[in-house]
Amino acid sequence: MSKLTPEIEKLREARRAARRRRPARAVRICTTGCRALGALEVHAAFERELAAAGLTDKVALLKTGCQGICAGAPVIGVDPEGILYLGAKPEDVPEIVRTTLVGGAVVERLCFQGRQGPIPKRVDIPFFAVQKPLVLARCGRIDPTSIESALADGSYEMLERALTGMEPEAVIAEITASGLRGRGGAGFPTGRKWSATRAAPGELKYLICNADEGDPGAFMDRAVVEGDPHAVLEGLLIAAHAIGARQGYVYVRAEYPIAIEHLKLAIAQAREHGLLGDNILGTGMAFDVKIKAGAGAFVCGEETALLASIEGKRGQPRTRPPFPAQSGLWGKPTCINNVETLANIAPILRMGGAVYAGLGTPTSKGTKIFALAGKVKYTGLVEVPIGITMNQLVNDIGGGVPAGSAFKAAQMGGPSGGCVPARYLDMPIDYETVKEVGAIMGSGGLIILDGATCMVDLARYFMDFCAKESCGKCPPCRIGTTRMLEILTRICAGEGKPEDIARLEELGGQVKKNSLCGLGQTAPNPVLTTIRHFRSEYEAHVNERRCPAAVCRRLIGFKILPEKCICCGRCAKACPVPCIAGKIGKAPARATEQDRENGKVGEPFAIQSALCIKCGACFDICPVAAIEKK
Amino acid sequence: MQNDSAVESSFDLAPVAEIVASHAPFSEGDIIGALQDVQDRYGYLARPVVDELARLSGLPVAKFYGVATFYAQFHLKPHGKHTVRVCRGTACHVRGSPKIMDAVVRRLGIEDGATTPDRLFSLETVACLGTCFLSPVMLVDSRYFGNLTPDQAVKVLDNMGAKRAGQGTTHQEGTPTCPS
Repeated sequence: MSKLTPEIEKLREARRAARRRRPARAVRICTTGCRALGALEVHAAFERELAAAGLTDKVALLKTGCQGICAGAPVIGVDPEGILYLGAKPEDVPEIVRTTLVGGAVVERLCFQGRQGPIPKRVDIPFFAVQKPLVLARCGRIDPTSIESALADGSYEMLERALTGMEPEAVIAEITASGLRGRGGAGFPTGRKWSATRAAPGELKYLICNADEGDPGAFMDRAVVEGDPHAVLEGLLIAAHAIGARQGYVYVRAEYPIAIEHLKLAIAQAREHGLLGDNILGTGMAFDVKIKAGAGAFVCGEETALLASIEGKRGQPRTRPPFPAQSGLWGKPTCINNVETLANIAPILRMGGAVYAGLGTPTSKGTKIFALAGKVKYTGLVEVPIGITMNQLVNDIGGGVPAGSAFKAAQMGGPSGGCVPARYLDMPIDYETVKEVGAIMGSGGLIILDGATCMVDLARYFMDFCAKESCGKCPPCRIGTTRMLEILTRICAGEGKPEDIARLEELGGQVKKNSLCGLGQTAPNPVLTTIRHFRSEYEAHVNERRCPAAVCRRLIGFKILPEKCICCGRCAKACPVPCIAGKIGKAPARATEQDRENGKVGEPFAIQSALCIKCGACFDICPVAAIEKK
Repeated sequence: MQNDSAVESSFDLAPVAEIVASHAPFSEGDIIGALQDVQDRYGYLARPVVDELARLSGLPVAKFYGVATFYAQFHLKPHGKHTVRVCRGTACHVRGSPKIMDAVVRRLGIEDGATTPDRLFSLETVACLGTCFLSPVMLVDSRYFGNLTPDQAVKVLDNMGAKRAGQGTTHQEGTPTCPS
């Protein structure tokens, strides 16, 4: 076991220096996810205003990664007070500088609005109350483009500990004791994967970080790589030490340009600090990392397809065994871990495997990041101990569904998962329990659905996705998903046959059982769970030619109720066909004698149903809900 | 596509050599990266360019086309100046992305995967952009437009100079306007 080296001493000095330089006064703006809603403009406004107020040297202005509560984008954190401002525009910045940074008071209108009024401090906001950020601890705090910022917050401390005081077996034992399971979806015990790769014969071993986050609705890996890329690198380095890998790859989706950019920077900075290369921190360990950008194929999230893609081939999976731990990349022993899994490694070493195992449930230990999206008030990323209930996630953290609708189901695990209906609100979310109701915890994407979601249409949507993304290698997946899609499309078009539902169940079972890889083996899940939990919706489509949620276009019609129409003409203007006619003016019922004399009385608008393309533009724009959809 | 082949025959192939050199020693594992570089440089995977890539790399051209036709990212035909990507992720789906797509299709007069005749826009759908909190989302080149309505999506395209195309995108004369 190597001792302290001069290189490690140098890294520690760099960390101490970075800590000394770390100012107490800081404004942190998420400029990754929030970039889409003007975060860079807000940052520029802060630069201007801080300069104007003569505060540039006194206030650290940081561009950070995701701060979690994406619904409030752009999210701004003000420290040391721990104030969180949500949804600020550049024109709000002078007030923030004046009131908070100079005046020491709070701009209440930009705070999280709780039931009892504004909540200025992050720690008091219910969204953060039950969270337990281990993986996301630095995300949103540090500047992800600066290794100094990461070092000051403790990056690479656990790598030092592993390299100076822990044999590879001891690291694996600690991870095994933690009970960590793969966070990419399948939930395989990480310690076992590592020891299998370590035990495999051969000098050359590969380590791969799977950042091909393809599940629609999941964005935690993107947030981790964008917001704390050094957490991924530290996880990779510790894993490389444990399994004896010399070369690592990070396979990132090409759709995540900011993640690729931040990772490239992090790799270059890590190399400068002696954290990558032939003699890491002077300990003699050799390891390097390359980035491989995916090229837009969902199936490449499957590990053997991912290997094929790194090898430069079409991303088609192959049969297992042999498992990658025995024969992976270019036939060499290979360990493939998901981003979140790797980002858990340093926190586990820091707190100890046993303490980590105290979080979560008996079979599912630790924390999990969930991406809350869909019909929920506070969308965003949350990290909670596994075993939290759906109710806590959706209502306590997510603030429930928006007013006027009701929670119907949560779609978990993307195209491989299923829908968990409202009656399971008190169900604890862990690998096993979620599986019992037909869904999977998967990578943690959680799409909240309300009454306006048609479950048959949703099943059709996922099957369309799987049929398109099927790599075509094995017939059960290639043909099975296509046939299932045809049936679902037929049902949604009001042409369902009485035997269709049973046919879907039968086909679904066969596709699951006979497909080569995870894509096909799980593709029928969204269909099978919606049939299981929402059979009546399928029956309404097939037997009554009716879509209860009024989503399936061929089964709905729009009608303007003349007695409600105020003759404003907005619907006719919005209609793209156009198929709506009427006369703008005062509604006949409200018109006065004078209006009549002046010819100002309108005529209620009406839809020519034969021409209507059922786009719903009129329905959405009508200010008085005079349009009926059914 | 006569125009295309005329254009393609005049392509400067020198950058292909640079791309191959940047991957040296070139092996099969570099195929995807090299094709990505080529597409960045030329906008799409033009036939002569891919042929040159294969020739210089010493690998069979079929390997390159096998990869190019498998991954959604690669285009074998010229692409528009702007790429419009409508997200079809789950969160976007339940928050109205089908309507966004319809509006964009009507506005540009082209279907998913096609390019407008003036080569200004190419339209694509993408499985998920990972920005579900913005749903429904559309990405135009590298700019995200979130929390969209069909109207706003069309306005974005209008502002980028989309020409009125296709049927049903113009209002008939005499269509009443909003009094407010």
